[in-house]
Amino acid sequence: MNHDAYDDNYIRSILNNVKSIAMVGASPVNVRPSYFAFKYLAQRGYDMIPVNPGHVGKTLMGKPFVASLADIGRPIDMVDIFRNSSHIMPVVDEALALTPPPKVIWMQLGARDDAAAEKAEAAGLKVVMNRCPKIEYGRLSSEISWMGVNSRTLSSKRAPIPTQGMRLSLNRTSLGGGQTAASDRAAKNKSETS
Amino acid sequence: MTDRLPGFATLAVHAGAQPDPTTGARATPIYQTTSFVFNDADHAASLFGLQAFGNIYTRIGNPTNAVLEERVAALEGGTAALAVASGHAAQLVVLQQLLRPGDEIIAARKLYGGSINQFTHAFKAFGWNVAWADPDEISTFERAVTPHTKAIFIESIANPAGSITDIEAIAAVARKAGVPLIVDNTLATPYLIKPIDHGADIVVHSLTKFLGGHGNSLGGIIVDAGTFDWSRDNKYPMLSEPRPEYHGIKIQETFGNFAFAIACRVLGLRDLGPALSPFNAFMILTGIETLPLRMQKHCDNAKAIAEFLAGHPAVSAVNYPGLPGDRYNNLQRKYAPKGAGAVFTFSLKGGYDAGVNLVSNLKLFSHLANVGDTRSLVIHPASTTHSQLDDDAKVRSGAGPDVVRLSIGIEDKEDLIADLEQALDA
Repeated sequence: MNHDAYDDNYIRSILNNVKSIAMVGASPVNVRPSYFAFKYLAQRGYDMIPVNPGHVGKTLMGKPFVASLADIGRPIDMVDIFRNSSHIMPVVDEALALTPPPKVIWMQLGARDDAAAEKAEAAGLKVVMNRCPKIEYGRLSSEISWMGVNSRTLSSKRAPIPTQGMRLSLNRTSLGGGQTAASDRAAKNKSETS
Repeated sequence: MTDRLPGFATLAVHAGAQPDPTTGARATPIYQTTSFVFNDADHAASLFGLQAFGNIYTRIGNPTNAVLEERVAALEGGTAALAVASGHAAQLVVLQQLLRPGDEIIAARKLYGGSINQFTHAFKAFGWNVAWADPDEISTFERAVTPHTKAIFIESIANPAGSITDIEAIAAVARKAGVPLIVDNTLATPYLIKPIDHGADIVVHSLTKFLGGHGNSLGGIIVDAGTFDWSRDNKYPMLSEPRPEYHGIKIQETFGNFAFAIACRVLGLRDLGPALSPFNAFMILTGIETLPLRMQKHCDNAKAIAEFLAGHPAVSAVNYPGLPGDRYNNLQRKYAPKGAGAVFTFSLKGGYDAGVNLVSNLKLFSHLANVGDTRSLVIHPASTTHSQLDDDAKVRSGAGPDVVRLSIGIEDKEDLIADLEQALDA
């Protein structure tokens, strides 16, 4: 898997197929990016589970925080890791120890650990790094176009009017794998120099 | 589902647009409204807190404008864009995100005269200093870099003489200095040059010119290439530091590779206010649908007219990079192989009086201060736009007394040549 530039079909198949997402590092503070992403994905119909040992006893969008992935107590499809790159590996180890393990490990925008990715992929999991599932969902559904963002997709079908809890179609025509060549190149240069 | 990269003409027609959710309207509707209702209090709070995608108020975003933004972002190969009221507004909003009082920008000496004025006078009053450099001498950019430098600003095809800038060489200077390269791509349009492919971090346009293309609507746009790391060394606190007006959100951390476009929208446009009218956005979008057809015709006509003028006995010089032997011909073949644009200057042996006479004798060319219209345009800078400069300054800015500037339209070239011929002979 080329982790510098993902094909849209790869991201699309993950977001179309996962139903439950455990968010490690979810924050109840409503100005943190993890809070936005959690709320958005919940509104788009995903079964969201907040994981953060510092907030056990509290809830996020009505969902109780759990301290660890092991505490969820039921199978989950995806682990979305809202931690710095240096904290990824222990979370991946914890995810791989689950029975059954999740199908997808997703590392948030800015987070990347190639060794952890390799370990998860060797165990048969799909891995996404340095991306935000909210942004990718908004992009593939074109909902993000409201913000003037280049969704890198086209469609001649009538757009839906999103309502609460509604899953949007992500199956629009992608432009050349959905890459913006210049920004992907810059991200690759950054990951090589850091 | 097969992924293929649609061609430029397909993007020019489709990118950003799809049939309207409510009515199925196929053309992009003009959402001529100031404001948008919220679903409930939580939805309102989410929008104001930048947590949800959606519309609040047309000074911050509008669905018609959003189609235009995505369209131009796609054509330029950027991650996002922000449409504003004019090209000047685009420059103001961009620099407001990057500069604090006492900071500097390095700008190419060859710029649209209006930009030179804006940088020299209005921006100086904000404490933003300009260091001018010569785009024909790359070392002047290197020498102008100081610890206060926050950006480098150039035009891809420079006004008024249509000269071509070596974008890659200047992008290398910007990279070394750790500052973004801003390219005004107005005269080239992405049909001729895509500055992001050559190292630009930000592209700005006056949409008023070739992109809109019909001389009927003002507009400007900012395209984020998604290439610059704003948080590397705290030089750009608007993007890297917590924003008090949004409860401590850090813009780059939250929005990743389209953070600059978001900063321009939620910090720049929101607070400075130069919003684009949705009606203008609609007119410009309609223009962009035919950009590839028009731009090629503009360039083909311009080349034929430059060749005609170069052979005319009353003409002493033609500055058109599309002519073999022109000093910018090599750069044109590298950066703009489809054509050298349609704005250029030429000089008359008869000097100032001959310039004034030519303009008054033309019957098809319109005498006015714009470029990039379907109609062919002419101006004699020494007696109009540059009349307040002294003679030396006129010559230095490429507007000497004998210089005439043309913007070639999409009429039949034979008619344009006939008009120039009768006016030169009159």
